[in-house]
Amino acid sequence: MSKPKFKNPVVNWIDYRLPIFTFMNHELNEYPTPKNLNYFWNFGSLAGITLVIMIVTGIVLSMNYTAHIDYAFDSVERIMRDVNHGWLLRYIHMNGASFFFIVVYIHIFRGLYYGSYKAPREILWILGVLILLLMMATAFMGYVLPWGQMSFWGATVITNLFSAIPLVGESIVTWLWGGFSVDNPTLNRFFSLHFVLPFVIVGVVILHLVALHRFGSNNPIGIDVKGKQDTIPFHPYYTIKDLFGLSVFATVFAAAVFFFPNFMGHPDNYIPANPMVTPAHIVPEWYFLPFYAILRAIPDKLGGVLFMFGAIMVLFVLPWLDKSSVRSSQFRPLYKLFFWFLVIDCIALGYLGAMPAEGIYVVLSRLATAYYFFHFLIILPLLPKIESTRPLPVSISTPIITTSSNASTVMAMREKK
Amino acid sequence: MTNKNTPDDKNKRDFLQVSTYALGAVGAASFVWPLINQMNPAADTLALASTEVDLEQLEEGQAITVTWRGKPVFIRHRTKEEIASAKDQLLDGLRDPQTDDERVKNEKYIVLVGVCTHLGCVPLGQKSGDVKGEYGGWFCPCHGSHYDHSGRIRKGPAPTNLEIPQYSFLSDTLIKIG
Ligand code: HEM
Ligand code: FES
Repeated sequence: MSKPKFKNPVVNWIDYRLPIFTFMNHELNEYPTPKNLNYFWNFGSLAGITLVIMIVTGIVLSMNYTAHIDYAFDSVERIMRDVNHGWLLRYIHMNGASFFFIVVYIHIFRGLYYGSYKAPREILWILGVLILLLMMATAFMGYVLPWGQMSFWGATVITNLFSAIPLVGESIVTWLWGGFSVDNPTLNRFFSLHFVLPFVIVGVVILHLVALHRFGSNNPIGIDVKGKQDTIPFHPYYTIKDLFGLSVFATVFAAAVFFFPNFMGHPDNYIPANPMVTPAHIVPEWYFLPFYAILRAIPDKLGGVLFMFGAIMVLFVLPWLDKSSVRSSQFRPLYKLFFWFLVIDCIALGYLGAMPAEGIYVVLSRLATAYYFFHFLIILPLLPKIESTRPLPVSISTPIITTSSNASTVMAMREKK
Repeated sequence: MTNKNTPDDKNKRDFLQVSTYALGAVGAASFVWPLINQMNPAADTLALASTEVDLEQLEEGQAITVTWRGKPVFIRHRTKEEIASAKDQLLDGLRDPQTDDERVKNEKYIVLVGVCTHLGCVPLGQKSGDVKGEYGGWFCPCHGSHYDHSGRIRKGPAPTNLEIPQYSFLSDTLIKIG
């Protein structure tokens, strides 16, 4: 460190001893970012912000929450009625969970569409799937805390999934419960884990970002950055774009919190838990519905559980299932088509997961489940053999005119001016 | 001065290294076990008292639900027809083959843990107005499991028959569960 890098001498003094400012400057300011990112690249920062919102509201909620089966429901009602701004904090936390999943699912499908999971970003992708799993565990246990009917029966059904494991299944379930049914020990440990898992997520998010900054962001045309002319510094270009995205997101989020706070919830969860009576129609939160549909589609207990977890496991190995070296769907006409089929399939699974498991819904769930696995295990490995991809541009700055998008023409014209 | 590494020395070091790792692993495992085992049912949870139920008032065709270990237990005073249909059932057609005799102590009363063996919902069928499923016993609305008059699984995703709790008749109409 020959000459001081920052104008402020105090900053320099600190940075010499703890290079935190160099680090921030490197990763958040001059960090070279592809210049052609579209709005789908906003969802990463939105996910990070939502995680912070969840942690902040969660910590203040836990100052007023009582993790005991006799008091939990009432303590949440007290938060809603008596605690100053308690209703707001709880509605932010409750809707925040749904928005977190909306943001993360869009973020994931962005990755699928633009091939962001391909080399050299495999570990980045795997860490992302791990974050999804941790989020699911966290949200599941959080939903148990208010100790309503859906909390109780959701917890019962989901923990019972483990009883499908041969030989040790029953012992595992007893161990998870700390008793012979979902009861006070279960609520206590779920609260403890619900409190701590988000901080584990923060840790994995940091690893996710380290892996991201190794090679930088992928981009809509999916080719590597070739030099300085292909990038712009993160600040101010993407900081301002992320902030703009955040203001749009915050508007929608606030509309939900203030005008439709219970739209994504289930009314039965405002009935205190009753271990003697199962509600007539139990459904998980919307963000679990596609997986729930897969669980119910398989007419065998162990099979259903395996397929449900398998639906996430295929995502872990996705970088090795898709053998095409072209990343972006823009140059893969067939993959693009199948991508949209997959989107429709996932939405269909979500719908079917909310319907009763009878008649036509069972048949459709089975078809949709079969197609989900068919996409990942058969279509993706075979596709490169039959697909003729479009020619790739030479670089991000000089796209060839033959691509279907006229964006390249526009860019070329701008450059002439 | 003989401080050269002889083959003997190397063997000694390998032994020391392996035994250190092994001992370390045993030490770590013996610390982790209490961390895991604290999640198993505690002594007071295991010691939960048994439940006594008087069946004097339970008329033929009626059922009651009592709580035992935090779970519902179904007790049904079966009608003649229900007993006959449970007994006549051939074992061939059953997913979890058991005769009715194996499942009752007194054929008039069937005592069952009222928890679906699929994923743990409480089946319907205790109240007279309830849906009882295609085999007339109990029906689990969560994912559609049908149980017969003996609580045996007949249709749907549940893998096994409704569980029979430990119980004994203290007199003709007094039973003790647990
Ligand atoms: C990944 C981040 C998180 C997610 C996805 C999440 C999700 C949830 C969900 C779905 C609920 C149920 C809301 C309801 O229906 O009432 C909940 C409740 C709760 N969460 Fe979180 N949470 C997160 C982080 C946290 C953190 C970090 C804390 C504490 C430090 C926390 C503390 C609580 C408390 C005390 C409740 C019970 C009060 C209530 O039900 O509103 N959460 N959480
Ligand atoms: S829990 Fe009864 S059918 Fe699934």
